[in-house]
Amino acid sequence: MTVTELVSYEAALAAYDPVMGLEVHVELGTKTKMFCGCSTELGAAPNSQTCPTCLGMPGSLPVVNATGVESAIKIGLALNCEIAEWCRFARKNYFYPDMPKNFQTSQYDEPIAYNGYLDVQLEDGEVFRVEIERAHMEEDTGKSTHIGGATGRIHGASHSLLDYNRAGIPLIEIVTKPIVGAGERAPEVAKAYVTELRELIRALGVSEARMEMGQMRCDVNLSLRPQGVSVFGTRSETKNVNSLRSVERAVRFEIQRHAAVLTAGDRIIQETRHFHEDDGTTTSGRVKEEAEDYRYFPEPDLVPVAPPREWVEELRAVLPELPRVRRNRLREEWGVSELDMQSILNAGAVDLIVATTQAGADAAGARKWWMGELARHANEEGVELGSLPITPAQVARVVELVASGDLNDKLARQVIEGVLAGEGDPDAVVEKRGLKVVSDEGALGAAVDEAIAGNAAIADKIRGGKVAAVGALVGAVMKATRGQADAARVKELILQKLGVEA
Amino acid sequence: MPGITREEVAHLARLARLELKDEELDHFAGQLDDIIGAVARVSEVADQDVPPTSHPLPLTNVMRADEVRPSLTPEQALSGAPAQEQQRFKVPQILGED
Repeated sequence: MTVTELVSYEAALAAYDPVMGLEVHVELGTKTKMFCGCSTELGAAPNSQTCPTCLGMPGSLPVVNATGVESAIKIGLALNCEIAEWCRFARKNYFYPDMPKNFQTSQYDEPIAYNGYLDVQLEDGEVFRVEIERAHMEEDTGKSTHIGGATGRIHGASHSLLDYNRAGIPLIEIVTKPIVGAGERAPEVAKAYVTELRELIRALGVSEARMEMGQMRCDVNLSLRPQGVSVFGTRSETKNVNSLRSVERAVRFEIQRHAAVLTAGDRIIQETRHFHEDDGTTTSGRVKEEAEDYRYFPEPDLVPVAPPREWVEELRAVLPELPRVRRNRLREEWGVSELDMQSILNAGAVDLIVATTQAGADAAGARKWWMGELARHANEEGVELGSLPITPAQVARVVELVASGDLNDKLARQVIEGVLAGEGDPDAVVEKRGLKVVSDEGALGAAVDEAIAGNAAIADKIRGGKVAAVGALVGAVMKATRGQADAARVKELILQKLGVEA
Repeated sequence: MPGITREEVAHLARLARLELKDEELDHFAGQLDDIIGAVARVSEVADQDVPPTSHPLPLTNVMRADEVRPSLTPEQALSGAPAQEQQRFKVPQILGED
């Protein structure tokens, strides 16, 4: 196969209109698997969380996890879907060692939720509606380790090893209708949709939806049609695009690749493609020898799920505020711009700032530390903001100490460093490191006198009306007090002593 | 027209990883066709008032609480495996050589 020379993104969009379909799998955070009581705890020894049911032993019978169904209904409701009055599970038959049963229990033509939408907000505030085709219940597969090939790949492997701990963990597959009309913003819409979905899933409390842990996975279907044509083109299916950034990159790359193929007068092959995190490209997966033939049929070992309407309405009544609505409310409360709010969201700081304000800090103070000093730390260490060893309550205390004048910003930064270094609560760090603003007017006054005496020329300038020169004297005092003075107060004192009106 | 053709039986056998000889295909195609024909008569009998059904019991919503139950030990889980390695089921090469 020759490497296709990509068409520039702008040229691709000038000639073609992209159509996307996004399939997202969410692993539910239930304690047990979808059809048996095996634990779903992560990190267990291989094959220590299996039973005859999830191993597909003859004579074993599945029983549906009530919390799994409840989570599916919650997701469906939050996506503005209709909830099926009656639906069944179906067997999706295929031979592949990741499922010991030789079929995956899924739903076929009777999904539990269908026909909904999710409004997503782009960075400039524009709202784009993504229509939802369906959300259905199914189960995850086992984990394969390929031995003998290059870097664990299936190609060239001599054999494979299977751990079935993950086989049977509840999954909800959420499928969009074809997303049309996004135009040049298609990559952005795709990313915003997956981001919003992740926030929604978290707000519902049905999964942590951590993409880096495989708890949420995205397949990107994309096709192009010439501008002005209404029929969809042939699509490619890029599998396992597993970060928000990758979703955006995969869409962008596929738009450019499709455009290149079509512009050259070739045809797009309907195929599975693999996304490569390192360079943001996709490559062709194995071309299927034959059309998929899963021979779906209703699962005879499970009875239909018919969620009573009272139950559905009860769940609807306690749905949390939608993340987008909540974000807009907080944005107004905090008085920040769309762009700032987007940065806060991207940094994973929304809930942290909320918790910090709930612990007594004002929003501006909370935002300043989480988005400044702490975001910088998280960045440097390559960890998520929320996993830094500092709590919202501790940040709130720092904000309080600054507000009361006990700390200035410079000292507060040292306090935060201390907390992060495990030296204890802010007050303990202040105590141990002796980080108090010098508020002893006598000591401060002496330092000011010294600074004036030592910089007579500057002092004269100030007396002569060049008030701007006061910075140099403030600097000298701050240096003398090793930063532990309140700079505003120092400036006040200097001007006062020199008899100058500020 | 038969309910199932010999080609369809061959396709199904392939999907089910069953190796069938030519005479077996002839044999099973005939048998399966008879079975499908017999089952098809049910729809002749069933009137408008009989809804299609996939389960003999008129039950819905059989569910269990989300409570962990003991699993097998890895040793028990692997006891029937033809081969194992690193406490995992060992399976033959999945993709053939290209």
